[in-house]
Amino acid sequence: MSGGSERRRIRTYHEVADPGAESVVGQVVEQRRRLRERLAGVGRLVAVGSGKGGVGKSAISANVAAALAASGRAVGALDADLDGPSLARMLGARGGLARGDSGFRPARGAAGVGVVSMDLLVAEGAPVRWRGPEEHRFAWQSVIETGALREFLSDVEWGALDVLVLDLPPGTEKLARLIDLVGSPDAVLIVTTPSEAARHVVAKSARFLEDAGVREVGLVANMATWSCPHCGVAEPLFAADGARRLARDSGLELWAEVPFDPRIAADTDEGMPIVLSAPERPAARSLAALAERVAAP
Amino acid sequence: MAVVYACPACGKETAMLANPMETRLVSGLGIEVGGRSVPPEPLELVRSSVEGLEERAEGVAEAAPPRPGRVRWSEDARERLMAVPSFVRGMVKRIYGEYAAERGIEEITPEIMDRARSELGLEGM
Repeated sequence: MSGGSERRRIRTYHEVADPGAESVVGQVVEQRRRLRERLAGVGRLVAVGSGKGGVGKSAISANVAAALAASGRAVGALDADLDGPSLARMLGARGGLARGDSGFRPARGAAGVGVVSMDLLVAEGAPVRWRGPEEHRFAWQSVIETGALREFLSDVEWGALDVLVLDLPPGTEKLARLIDLVGSPDAVLIVTTPSEAARHVVAKSARFLEDAGVREVGLVANMATWSCPHCGVAEPLFAADGARRLARDSGLELWAEVPFDPRIAADTDEGMPIVLSAPERPAARSLAALAERVAAP
Repeated sequence: MAVVYACPACGKETAMLANPMETRLVSGLGIEVGGRSVPPEPLELVRSSVEGLEERAEGVAEAAPPRPGRVRWSEDARERLMAVPSFVRGMVKRIYGEYAAERGIEEITPEIMDRARSELGLEGM
């Protein structure tokens, strides 16, 4: 507080001569410039989201990234699920992040995918704990998470990429955060299970993306069918034709119906996406086809 | 922390008291109130906002070759480093790291930091 008889005068915003040196606006503009510059070498930015958790979104992201990289493309994968990171483990990327000349370099995962994940920064098994006052945590933590996402995009030496896959945390509002940072992604995958319970959530995501002007949006129905290990006959795991009805009702294109395969979870847990470990299996073929659809503008 | 603003028209002074929540909110934008004298370090916000993160963020990725002369930090030295303001901490750490690496020192201790400060004129760091 000002005290004493001396009248202290602080420079106000209008008097700042050099915006770059001191103004808040100048710093934000510089942040955005750095972000644009860093992403200028990315051919396609593909976001993978879901309305709710537990639908296998990260496994889909890992397999799409690995399939694209295995086909000879330069691919990056950013785990934007800061509180529950899993992409590094699923892609077999380990260790920390090495410093480069202008930022941090991504770790290398399966098929050479460049991976960045909070998993690579915190100790194994350690929870992500954000520093700050407990009071009003709900207010400031969201801001910090957006800032962290911005840094993972702008402070990593992604280089020239054909595709950068962003694995988002569940929830439509996470798409909003991404769009606010980078504008409309080139494509968005909405991953869901083809169940009646998902209908409302998928519709909400579809409406949001339409309003945001995202032109390419594909619905991915995960765990759509189950194949008998004995005779190989495939049956729907949820309601018959559920995926197609979900796509029709939400106004989205159905880009993939991925069969349930216990190898997906088992192999990605070992850091080897099924598109690489068992490419002949129906689930792997479905994911590889999805990857090609994602890469094509 | 208190900030006093003066109206450019009439000169009336108004005090704004900043509380920890507001301070955290602003820092979450990656903004330095009062401006920056040095550019931000890569992943500066992430590394200063997550507990236990700084050391691991300097680690070497599996596929990359090991950096020659990589030094360790003692517990006491790490504690002293944490007292350095976050927006220059990365730069300060790099300076001490390079000092140690050039001299073949394997572990940075508070004594090494004192020696570096004296030799390199880093008083206050």
